[in-house]
Formats: sequence, structure tokens, C-alpha cells
Amino acid sequence: MSATDLAIDVTGVTKRFGDKTVVNAIDLSVRRGEIYGFLGPNGSGKTTFIRMLCGLLTPDGGSGTCLGYDLRTQQAEIKRHVGYMTQKFSYYEDLSIRENLDFIARIYAVPDRPAAVQHSLERLGLQNRSHQLAGQLSGGWKQRLALAACLIHSPQLLLLDEPTAGVDPKARREFWDEIHQLAADGLTVLITTHYMDEAERCHRLAYLAYGNLLARGTLAEVLAAAHLTTWSVSGPGLRALAARLRGQPGVEQVVAFGTMLHVSGHDAALLDATRTAASDPDHEWKKINAGLEDVFISLMDAAKDNFA
Amino acid sequence: MSERRFTFHRLWAIVLKEFIQMKRDRVTFAMMVGIPLLQLLMFGYAINSDPRHLPTALRCADQGPFARTFIQAMRTSDYFVIVQDTASEAEVQRLLQVGDVQFVINIPADFSRQLLRGERPSVLIEADATDPAATGPALAAVNALAGSIFNRDLPGPLAKLHGKAGPVDFRIHAHYNPENITQYNVVPGLMGVVLTMTMVIITALAITRERERGTMENLLATPVRPFEVMVGKILPYIAVGYIQVTLILIAARFLFHVPMVGSLPLLYTVALLFIGANLAVGITFSTLAQNQLQAVQMAFFFFLPSILLSGFMFPFRGMPPWAQVVGSCLPNTHFLRIVRGILLKGNGFAEITPELWPLLLFLTVAMSVGVKRYRQTLD
Repeated sequence: MSATDLAIDVTGVTKRFGDKTVVNAIDLSVRRGEIYGFLGPNGSGKTTFIRMLCGLLTPDGGSGTCLGYDLRTQQAEIKRHVGYMTQKFSYYEDLSIRENLDFIARIYAVPDRPAAVQHSLERLGLQNRSHQLAGQLSGGWKQRLALAACLIHSPQLLLLDEPTAGVDPKARREFWDEIHQLAADGLTVLITTHYMDEAERCHRLAYLAYGNLLARGTLAEVLAAAHLTTWSVSGPGLRALAARLRGQPGVEQVVAFGTMLHVSGHDAALLDATRTAASDPDHEWKKINAGLEDVFISLMDAAKDNFA
Repeated sequence: MSERRFTFHRLWAIVLKEFIQMKRDRVTFAMMVGIPLLQLLMFGYAINSDPRHLPTALRCADQGPFARTFIQAMRTSDYFVIVQDTASEAEVQRLLQVGDVQFVINIPADFSRQLLRGERPSVLIEADATDPAATGPALAAVNALAGSIFNRDLPGPLAKLHGKAGPVDFRIHAHYNPENITQYNVVPGLMGVVLTMTMVIITALAITRERERGTMENLLATPVRPFEVMVGKILPYIAVGYIQVTLILIAARFLFHVPMVGSLPLLYTVALLFIGANLAVGITFSTLAQNQLQAVQMAFFFFLPSILLSGFMFPFRGMPPWAQVVGSCLPNTHFLRIVRGILLKGNGFAEITPELWPLLLFLTVAMSVGVKRYRQTLD
């Protein structure tokens, strides 16, 4: 794969705040036109990593390129071609939707600005609300405005930091349809999320915990690489069963899902022995495929052991 | 039941929390301690409504013993420091106009002779009376001196000259503000004070607000340059500053009848420098402050000496040297002199130049600190 096919190509990127390493030697390559999901617990370094990609922070270690521009020396060029949507709504609440878009378009010196603003309003269905103050918008509309604003200068790479937090399911689905449409048009998207269903809509994924990249690849690759065995149990007395199982050899996770219990562990043989010993005849056990959430939680617990 | 009644443990919880928050917010705490201290220092030591050691130019045409006694007495009075011993009328007028001296004392050629003849020689004291508070006590002291200084030099038969009217006739010529009208001094000074107050506070909030609302991160992620942000935030307020200048000038003219001797276009041009300097200070504060409250507190911290040590409220020459040094670092001090100079003395560009370059220097420093402090990246 030639370097020009990669929108993001970094190796060993590290960021420290004081003596705390927030991002630890991360290697990442993202192809152009790809939707790349970035997952991990709060405080895992996702936002810091994105800030380094868009030129807001200078890495303490490592090197790489973003859209072919050097992360350390060409931050100005990166800023011009990247659209960054911050975690917190960061447009002006005392400006109207149109005024916000107009402001951003002016800063990027977008050619034929009035047309660009109008096009952006129409594309995101904001034209009827264009004179409403941004501060009066609901969460879903604010998110649309933010997306419209970071697309107005036709960026090649979109960095979205938890764009759908606090947005209702319908608006989330529409948002993702829009993202897929943009990617189909050639835009590269790096997106952080806590939602598993959203992670499953990405082309590829990476999992970050405590500054370390713990897993990456397609959904199937991440699931396979985890080597996690998961059993689903149903029957009476599940709470008592859960209490008996927790902390037993081979049992790493016991999670209630409605009328069922999911029991997972890495050591399949040990887990099988433990569950047989703890089980009642009334309990019905079924081996299932580990979900993304099970995999991520097991990754996070393992990481805690290593870095706590 | 205790849910509805006042309880000390809940009160205590709040008190503890407030102390913790106070401890976390170091700047607010520093301000709470700093402002009273600052006021104490300024009111207690710096402010002196009986200014002494005022720079004085001497034009003495008489070499006789009485003239020498007279000059010696003025020196020992503590009010006058003779900084210039010059004979040229033009030079004397220039010193007064630029503000290098507060007084010019003219002793006529036949001072000693007239005194001995009992003719009550005239001594002309010219005063820069733009600030009546600065000249009043010194002039009162001269009159008091006159009655007693020659007692030793006029013994025996000459003692009859100790008349009630005094042996010397002091003619006081109060330049620029002959009627000693305080408003003539205060109203032009107010221009600098009002501009300092509003300009610094408004811009101190400008960048802090961006940071507090989270819009700063967005702004930083765009290609916009720090200098663009600073100047972009300053320009609208320059217009506001000019509106304030105009309002004050209108009030000065029609409400207080302050004379306007000098050139208004010159005043408007110089005001740009001063407004710019204050806005740059505000921007610098807003890059230092964590939140809008801190920004306002910093602005207040700057405003206090600007009002008290600049010569607005109290005569500049009445302050001890350290306070004069602090005052000289403030743009308001220089702007006050320029405004008073232009309006009351009719100063032109040449006369205000000594006050112009400190303003320019201040503007440059404040601006570069602001740009440096405004971080392009978040690290």
C-alpha cells in the first residue's frame, strides 16, 4: 500500500502531561475513504490522540503524517484540510446557525461563501432553522450544526470526538447514514464512540485503554483476536448463581442481560470446569459468540491489571 | 425531621466545601488578599495631598544677599526643588508646557535694592495650575515664608520693613487653569480612567469567554493565527473607545466648560495608542485567567493603580519615588498628561512626545506578551 493511500499514518505517537503518559506509543494507519472507530473507556487518551492528529497538540514522541502532512512541522496545513468536531459543542451559542457557518466559512476562506453556507444548510436540513440561535437548539440539532460547520471547508479527513453522545437513536441513525455517504464520496472519518452498535458500523476499529492501543482490525478480527469464551445461562436463581461464579477460577465477567446471564473467560477449559461445578440442573447453558462489549470489557480489565 | 430543620453538619459541609474551592481558586484568593493590601499601600503611603519637592525653574536677575536668602528659604521649605537655573523666557515657557517644572520663580534685577528701600519688590511665581491640588499648598507656603525669612537680614533700623503686608510682593500667575477649577483637571483625566476601566474589562473577558464556553478548542483547530484573533477582538472595541472619548469631550465642553486649547484631531490620534494599549492588556489578562471572574478581577487589579497612581485622583508629584515609578509604568499616567496638555495647555505634537513613547512601548510589550501567551496549541 503506498503512503498516499493513507489518510493517517503514525508510529510511536506519545503524549505526556507532567509525569503522566496519556498516549503511549501508538501506531495507527487509516486508509483514505475509511470509517475508523476509536473506542476505549473515559480518560483512555482518545481525545488527546485526536488533538495531536489535528494539530492542536504536539506529540512528545513518535512521528507520522496526517493527509501526508507532518504531525510536528505542518500543523497549519493539517488544520486547513481536517474537520474536527469536538466532544463538547464548541460553536457560538449567541450566534445563529447561519452566522456560525458563515464565521467558519470566512475563517477557512471558502470560495463563494454564501453558496457554500446555503449548500451546507440544505444538505443537513437546517435551512428552516438558519436564523435560530445555536444556544437554543436541542442536542441533535447542535450535532447537525457542528457537523455542517466542520464540513464547510470540504476537508479530506473528519475527526469526530463522541459526536453522538446524548443524541436520540433516530438522529444517531441519520447521522451515521450521513457519515457513510461522506465516506462513499471519499472522505476519511475517524470517530470515537462508546456505543457498540456504532462501533459495528465502522470499517475498522481500534481499542484504547490507559493510553495503550490494545486491539485493532475489523470487527471480526477484533472478536477473533480476543479468544474469549462466553456462555449464556437462563433459569431460576440467576442472582445467586452470579454471586457463586464471581471470582471463581476462569470466570472473568458475569453480566446480566435481561433474563439471562453472560459468563465469559479466556481459559475455556477452566471456565467450563467452574461453571459445571457451580451449576444447577435447572440452569440451561448455551455457548454463544462473545460480543464486542464483552471483548472490550475484558480488554479493559486486563489493561487495569497491567497499568493500575 | 432533621431534613427540614437547620443543621450544623450540613452548614459545616458547605463551609468546608467553600474553603476547598477557595483554596483551589488561587487567583481569586490572591486578589482577595492583594486588593486590600494594594489599597492600603496606596492610600497609606503613596497618596499625599500636600505634595512637596516640586520641580522649579529659577530666573534670578539679582545677585544680592536678599535674593540668595530668599532662594535658600524656598529650598528649605521643602516645597521647591530648583532643577533649572535659566535665564531665557522661551526656555521657561517650554519647561512649563512640557510639564518638566511645576513653578517658575522670577526674581527681578533690583530685588535687593527695592527691598532695602522698602518698595516691596515683586516676585513673579508662575505655576502650572492644571492640577490645583498640586500647586495650592506650595503657594500657600510661599506667602507664609515671605513674612519671616528676612527677619534676620533686616535688623535694627531696617526692622520697620517687617510690615504687615510683608517686605516682598508675590505675584502668582497660575497658568492653564487660572481660576483653579478642579473640573478642568478632573474631567480630561476621566477620559483615561473610563477608557482604562472599560477597555481592559471588555477584552479581558473576550478570550476567557471562548475558553470557558469551549469555543476556543474549535478556534484553535482552524487555521486562524493568534495575531488575527487578538487584533480581531481589539478592533471592534477601538470603535467603542472612540465613542467614549467623544462623549467625554462633549460633556467636558458643554457641561463642565473645560477649555479646549489644543488640537482635537491630535487628541483623537493619540487616543488610538492609549485605547490599543488597554485592549492589549485586557487580551493578555484573558490569556492568563482561567475563567471570566478571574479576568474581571485582574482587570480591577490593573484599574486600581491606574486611577490612584496615575495623577488622576492625587497629584503625581505628591507621591513618593517608588509610587511615581509604578505610576510611570501605567499608560493612564502618560495619557492623562497628554489629554490635559492638549486640552488645557494647547500642547502640540512636539510637547507630547515625551509622553508618547512610553505609551508606544507599553502597547508593544502588552501586545507581544498577549500573542505569546495565546497558545496556538493546547500544550
